[in-house]
Amino acid sequence: MGLKNFLSKLKGKKTIKVEKGEWIKCEKCKNLVYSEDLLKNLKICPHCGYHFRMSAPERIDSLLDDIKSYDLFPSLKPKDVLKFKDTKRYKDRIKEAQTKTGLNDAIMIAHGNIVTSEVVLAVMDFRFMGGSMGSVVGEKFVRGVEFAIKNKLPFIAVTASGGARMQESILSLMQMAKTSIAVGKLNENGLLYISVLTDPTMGGVSASFAFLGDIIIAEPESLIGFAGPRVIEQTIRQQLPEGFQRAEFLLEKGQIDMVVDRKNLKKTLHTLIKQTQG
Amino acid sequence: MAIETENKQNTTIDIDTELQHLTSKIDFLREQVKKGEKERIHELVALRRKFKELARKKQQEMSAWEKVQLARHPKRPHTIDYIQNIFTDFVELHGDRRFGDDKAIIAGFAFFEGKPVAVIGHEKGRDTKEKIERNFGMPHPEGYRKAMRVMKLAEKFKRPIFTFIDTPGAFPGVGAEERGQSEAIAESIMMMGSLKTKIIATVIGEGGSGGALALGVADRILMLENAIYSVISPEGCAAILYKSQEKAPVAAENLKITAEHLKELGVIDLVVKEPLGGAHLQPKKMYRHLKRALKMELRCMEDIPIDELVKRRQEKFYKMGQFLEK
Ligand SMILES: [Zn+2]
Repeated sequence: MGLKNFLSKLKGKKTIKVEKGEWIKCEKCKNLVYSEDLLKNLKICPHCGYHFRMSAPERIDSLLDDIKSYDLFPSLKPKDVLKFKDTKRYKDRIKEAQTKTGLNDAIMIAHGNIVTSEVVLAVMDFRFMGGSMGSVVGEKFVRGVEFAIKNKLPFIAVTASGGARMQESILSLMQMAKTSIAVGKLNENGLLYISVLTDPTMGGVSASFAFLGDIIIAEPESLIGFAGPRVIEQTIRQQLPEGFQRAEFLLEKGQIDMVVDRKNLKKTLHTLIKQTQG
Repeated sequence: MAIETENKQNTTIDIDTELQHLTSKIDFLREQVKKGEKERIHELVALRRKFKELARKKQQEMSAWEKVQLARHPKRPHTIDYIQNIFTDFVELHGDRRFGDDKAIIAGFAFFEGKPVAVIGHEKGRDTKEKIERNFGMPHPEGYRKAMRVMKLAEKFKRPIFTFIDTPGAFPGVGAEERGQSEAIAESIMMMGSLKTKIIATVIGEGGSGGALALGVADRILMLENAIYSVISPEGCAAILYKSQEKAPVAAENLKITAEHLKELGVIDLVVKEPLGGAHLQPKKMYRHLKRALKMELRCMEDIPIDELVKRRQEKFYKMGQFLEK
């Protein structure tokens, strides 16, 4: 499980940090897009509809109208419990990711309104170590859920993750249990939980809170699954068909409720909240 | 995902071969002494001493990677063996009522110390044919869904659940993905988190990532001394983070996947001692050890009201993880 998933197979979908006045080549149609046009268009290619990855702050801006908080629990930071070192030290990886993203870890728990509905919005950021789930992601998710329960709010999670954070080893695996138990508590309290799967949603995040949504929405063409495509190919010694583990494939297999274009996401979420809550 | 790892120059395996050899010699001599060859008793005592010394040495010097080999040892007792030797009248239940029957997971009811219980566990299979039938203990979604079905029954009939964990992990295959293995694992984890009955999980061999955790959310989590439990196989971790499969021994060390480490990290509750040299050398002793441990665990939970038990279970998992908070 884990990072192998996207590192290998995924062809270059990037969370592009858009500077002003820059031309960007679309990954899909190869057309050049002016950066400001891309930003205005929710990072969707105006030529072919390709969804570029969004950072967590960009996502929050795109969904919430009245932002009460970008992050309810900003003080939580990762800890290198195991003194883990592979080709780099985990400590250094954390620092690098923090510098690059300005975030403390791979999730933000925002609070605000989607149109008129107050929600808790958990958003993962793929730029931070591949959106991997370690202790901080688990803890913040749980606190976000507890906040939603206390304030009787719908809970929405936007996932983007390669899976568990291997550098935290077994503790990262246990975050699957921790977050899933939290979702169970939303259920007990009759609160709506919508999960929005974006590119990519794999491994430990996929096999925990991502697939426990009352309603599961995916963005077009997102890679979604448990095992990574390359691991599967190695195991079965066959090439996977085009489109395997993509959002549209999952919809066809009955694994998700709908594929929603980013432009319609806010409206769809708002409608679903109105239809199920209050 | 290595299904079975061949070892070329592994010292533990050499020692292990010698220990196995000694075990059969000791068994033979014991029979001879019983039959009246009293003079051979000295030989027997000497052999036993040698066995103990060697086994202790092995246990002390064993690296994490060597434990990985032991956890996957072809002769190590499996779920089926524990069911046969710790429980009575096991009745196996089949199928998820949706797609099929996954033989990588066994589930059913049995008696433990005369009391009715549910038993669920991964089964890797013993010979080649059975291994293939059981997919080397790597479940498909049907397996978790069967497990969930039996767990729900256990809750309905107020029976304690014993799970046995021994899997390389969920199966990375097309069908497994198509039929929603993410959802199946997630549902199983969530269900166990609020199930209103006692649950005791034991990692008996290989606890491989999500496929293991799907049977691992329990009130008490036990782990055999030489078992491993990890977010990813050392081979997988080596390939991704160290860019080389050959770094698996280093990955095994750094991932801290042994029972001792997991106890320190607060992920498991109890390390169950294995007989000297490992469970496979003296399986009967292993069954006795584990049975005793399970009996104790069950007894400790007896007086706790079920709602309180579930609350404690949830709090236990809520506490897992470490982070900084300024
Ligand atoms: Zn395009």
